[in-house]
Amino acid sequence: MNQYESKIVYDVKGLNLWYGNDQALKDINIQINKNEVTAIIGPSGCGKSTFIKTLNRMIENVPNVRTSGEILYHGLNIFDKTMRVEELRTRVGMVFQKPNPFPKSIYENVLYGPKIHGVKDKQMLEEILETSLKSAALWDEVKDRLHDNAYGLSGGQQQRLCIARALAVQPDVILMDEPTSALDPIATAKIEELIDSLKADYSISIVTHSMQQAGRISDKTAFFLMGELVEFGNTEMIFSNPRDKRTEDYITGRFG
Amino acid sequence: MDIRSEILNDKGINPMKSNNPTQVKVEINRQRINRRVLINEILKKVFFASTLFALAVLSVLLYRIIAQSIGWLDWHFLTSKLSIFPEKAGIYGVIIGSVGLMVVVIPVTLILGVSTAIYLEEYASKSRFQNLIKVNISNLASVPSVIFGLLGLALFGRFLNLGSSILAGGLTLSLLVLPIVVVSSQEALKAVPNFLREASYAMGAGKWTTIRKVVLPVAIPGILTGAILSISRAIGETAPLVVLGIPALLLKVPTSLMDDFTALPIQIYYWTLDTVLTPEYANLAAATIVVLLITLFLMNSIAIVIRNKTQKTY
Repeated sequence: MNQYESKIVYDVKGLNLWYGNDQALKDINIQINKNEVTAIIGPSGCGKSTFIKTLNRMIENVPNVRTSGEILYHGLNIFDKTMRVEELRTRVGMVFQKPNPFPKSIYENVLYGPKIHGVKDKQMLEEILETSLKSAALWDEVKDRLHDNAYGLSGGQQQRLCIARALAVQPDVILMDEPTSALDPIATAKIEELIDSLKADYSISIVTHSMQQAGRISDKTAFFLMGELVEFGNTEMIFSNPRDKRTEDYITGRFG
Repeated sequence: MDIRSEILNDKGINPMKSNNPTQVKVEINRQRINRRVLINEILKKVFFASTLFALAVLSVLLYRIIAQSIGWLDWHFLTSKLSIFPEKAGIYGVIIGSVGLMVVVIPVTLILGVSTAIYLEEYASKSRFQNLIKVNISNLASVPSVIFGLLGLALFGRFLNLGSSILAGGLTLSLLVLPIVVVSSQEALKAVPNFLREASYAMGAGKWTTIRKVVLPVAIPGILTGAILSISRAIGETAPLVVLGIPALLLKVPTSLMDDFTALPIQIYYWTLDTVLTPEYANLAAATIVVLLITLFLMNSIAIVIRNKTQKTY
C-alpha cells in the first residue's frame, strides 16, 4: 500500500475550474505517476492547457480564475495556504508551447533558476550548466558559444534550451504544454527522444495535439473533452481498445 | 443587367463582354488617373513645405541666437560669477544651479516614477480604481507648469520652509515631470512580452525576482529614454521657478542644496527683461540660450541613441 502510494506524484481529486462564469474543468480525477510520461490529448478548447497549468498554479496569473477540489502533490494540497507557489514551481518545471528563452546568454538562461534560488558557487553552477544542457541534448551544439544570446539559436534549439533551463533546478515533474507545436519534424523528433530519456529521472506530463506523438512517447493517456476527463488509462489500451465511444471517435479522427 | 455588374459599373468597372461572366475588364479612365497623380504631386509639396517650415523656424532661431552670442560666449563667460556689468558677467553660478536641480530631479523622478509604474503595471490588480489612478496621472501630465510652481511654492517653499532653495526648486520640477516619467515607464513595462514573465514564474521565481531579473532589464532602455526626455524638459522649465521666487541677481554661487540659486532658463528670462536698460543683456541671454540648447540637444541625442541601440523584437 505504502509502496503504491509513493508512486503517485499528483493525485487530482474533484477538480473544477472556472474562468469567470465559464466552467473550463469539470470534476477531474486523475493520478500522475512517478517516472511515467502522461499525455493529455483532446480537441482545442477542451481544457488540456488549463489543466496542466493548474498543476503548477500558473493558471492563477489569468484574472478571474476560480478553482475547487484538491490537487495533492506528494500528499500536500497545492491550493493550501501554507504552500508557496514559488516552492511548488521550483519542484514542478514547465516548458511552454512557444520557446520562451530570456533575451540573455545561453549561460544565463540555464542558470537563471539555480541563481535565483541562491546557488553562488561558480564551479557548481558550471556543473549544473553542463549536466542540464547534456540532459537536454544541447551541449554539443552550444558548448562553444555559451555566452551568445539565446535568440541566436534555432527554434528547436531554443525549446531544448528551455527544457535545460527547467532541468537546471532539478525538478521532480516537468509539465510540457504542446512543446513541439512550433517546431519542425526533425526538431520534434529530437524533443521526443529527449522526453523518452528524461523519463528515467523525471515524471513528465505533456499536452499534445498529435495523437501519434501521444502514442509514441507516453505511458498513460488522458483524453479531455469539453472540460471533462473522458478516459484515462494505459496509452496502449486507449489507442487499441478505448472504452468510451467519444475517445474512439477522436483518436480515429472522426472529429476534433 | 445583374446586380453584380451594376455595382461594378458604379465603381467605373465594366463587365467584359465575354463568355466568362465572372471575368471583368477595367475600363481605363484617364481623367481620374491624371487627377490622382496631380493630387499626389500637390500633397507631396505641401508635406515638404510643412517640414521646411519647422526647419526654417529652427534655423532662424539658431541663427539669431548664435549671431548675438558671438563674442560673448567664451571660457570667461562659463567660469565667472554673475555681475551687473555685462562685460564681467558669467554664468558659472547659474550652471551650478542647474546642475544642482538635476541632482535633485534625477533621483527623485527615477525612484518615484519607476516605482509607481512598477506598482501600477506589475502589482496592482486591473480594477476600476487602478484605471482611475492611470487617468489621473495622464491628466497630471497636462497640467500647466505654472500651477506646479504654485503647488511647489505652497508645499515646499512655505509649508516645508525650504524657501527658494535648490531643493525646493528641484522637488517642484520633479512634481512637474513625474507624471511623464510614470506614463513612459508604464509603456516600457507594458512592452515587455508576457511570455518572459511566465518563463520566470515557471522557474519558481517570485514577483520581485521576476521584475528585477527579467522585466526591468528588458524595459530599462524604454524607461531611460522617457526619463531623459522628461529631465531635459525639467532643465528648460522657467515658469514654476519664477513662481518660487528665484532672485533676479544672485552673486553667490550655491554650495549646498539648501542655498538660493538661479538656473539657466531663469537667467535667460531675467536678462531678457532688462534689455531695455542694458542692451548687452540680450547678448548674455543669447549666449546662455546656446549653452542651454547644447545641453538639451545632447540629452535628447543620448535618449535617441539609447532607444536605437536597444530596440529589440521578440
